[in-house]
Amino acid sequence: MIKIAILGFGAVGQGVAEILADRERIERWIGRYEVVAVADSKGSIYSEDGISLKNAIEAKKMGNLPEGKSTMEIIEEMDFDVAIEATPTNIDTGEPGLTHIKACLNKGSHVITSNKGPLVVAYRELAEIAERKKVRLAFEATIGGAMPLIKLAKRDLAGNEITSIKGILNGTCNYILSRMEQERLSYNQILGEAKELRIAEANVSYDVEGIDSAAKLVILANAVMGMNATFSDVEIVGITSITPEAFEIAMEKGYTIRLIAEASREGLRVSPRLVPLHHPLAVRGTFNAVLIQTDLAKEVFVIGRGAGKIETASAIISDLIDIYGDRTY
Amino acid sequence: MAVVSIVVELKDQPGQLLRVVEPISRLGGNILSVVHQRDKKTPLGRIPVEVSLQIDEKKVEELIEAIKGVEIIVRSYNKIRLLATTSIMLIGHIVHTDLSDTINSIDKTGFAEVVDMHISMPHLNEPSTAMVTVSATGKEKLREAIELMREVCRRKSILMIEPLNEEQI
Ligand SMILES: NC(=O)c1ccc[n+]([C@@H]2O[C@H](COP(=O)([O-])OP(=O)(O)OC[C@H]3O[C@@H](n4cnc5c(N)ncnc54)[C@H](OP(=O)(O)O)[C@@H]3O)[C@@H](O)[C@H]2O)c1
Repeated sequence: MIKIAILGFGAVGQGVAEILADRERIERWIGRYEVVAVADSKGSIYSEDGISLKNAIEAKKMGNLPEGKSTMEIIEEMDFDVAIEATPTNIDTGEPGLTHIKACLNKGSHVITSNKGPLVVAYRELAEIAERKKVRLAFEATIGGAMPLIKLAKRDLAGNEITSIKGILNGTCNYILSRMEQERLSYNQILGEAKELRIAEANVSYDVEGIDSAAKLVILANAVMGMNATFSDVEIVGITSITPEAFEIAMEKGYTIRLIAEASREGLRVSPRLVPLHHPLAVRGTFNAVLIQTDLAKEVFVIGRGAGKIETASAIISDLIDIYGDRTY
Repeated sequence: MAVVSIVVELKDQPGQLLRVVEPISRLGGNILSVVHQRDKKTPLGRIPVEVSLQIDEKKVEELIEAIKGVEIIVRSYNKIRLLATTSIMLIGHIVHTDLSDTINSIDKTGFAEVVDMHISMPHLNEPSTAMVTVSATGKEKLREAIELMREVCRRKSILMIEPLNEEQI
């Protein structure tokens, strides 16, 4: 029986709970499991025998979870095999996720996370703890939401040397740029539209200044290209000063403009780039897309949904099945 | 690598072109096009043929000598053309920050130049947008030129949008 703890019960944590509530779907992959705890910033619901996910989701609708064990108390006092860490991202300190993940790995639990912060701040250290404790640290959900990327690069492209990764890692920026391309409206006009559609969050600077893309690029560089990169190694330029005319003029030469994150031997950069209109990375809408270049397989291209409650939860579930499913598919 | 265009005069007989092709391939050249100018036959009945090829810059002289060596008349060969070209976009106060100085930083390298430019200035005092086409004598040099431009733009707070390296996809 697999015991699961969900740390962070916002959109993603609840998305995971919704999917896990569908036992028929999940048990044929990993067998019997129970969620023994869910925690938010103020409280938790827990039971060594397993809690009711439906009740937990209902309880969260009312606001905060009941005061009970804190997240750290759950980690320290309860018995679970795998922790799903979905607390808010902080790329400066990695907290609170960093402390959670370290404590879970150190006590011998696998960790699956959608939280970029801890990985940006301390990928090497966390990977080393996981290796030493013989547990898995899985983070498919940190990059590109549901788009398969980490396992694709590490497993399906095994044996290859990845020479470069170029891609669109932020759906909000891609939405804004592709709408500017189509409508020839100003950045601010389209930003307003994106906020209204709730594609852009209130604090949008994290996205449009390229910070979110850069954080994901650092994780990719370290985790699949074997680099030893930190956030400050990324040269970052955002999209806020792109004019509507830019698209018109670019179009005359057969280009559009996209925010591209690129990792190669020459370094790491996130910047708006001229992308040929026929290029696979000239995608529209909130999609994420990545072009991986390797020595043996040459080019591999992936596209998918980069965010969303259920989409991101899908990546977490795929990590869970990757850890526990028997690999005879 | 450089692009060279050579005009030779060939007798109107089979096998003549082969004598030009042989030294080109021996010297590692890569033929891009061959144009027979049949309508410009010389009084002695020879046909001018223009061969465009890509070859190591340092081997151009040797190639011309080799072609002459097999008794082919080389009528002309042109100066080495710029081979690598790319577009870059500039956004910001391009005009206020001395546009000609920005362009000059490329032109004065000797290995690269701005060959085309399109500016859009929708409003006075608002940022303008320009698409600049830069050519250089080779890919390495083009990269160098872009690096230079990047420096200038950084100094002048101009946003420079570079193309994605265009692999054949
Ligand atoms: N949403 C997406 O599409 C998406 C996609 C990819 C990755 N991610 C990443 O996934 C993570 C979760 O995203 P989200 O959208 O679910 O965020 P969210 O809705 O803000 O949820 C964050 C959750 O973490 C809880 N939390 C905060 N501090 C905590 C602590 N110390 N202990 C336990 N729980 C704590 C919050 O508690 P309260 O409920 O009490 O505030 C909340 O339940 C983030 O790192 C995000 O960057 C999200």
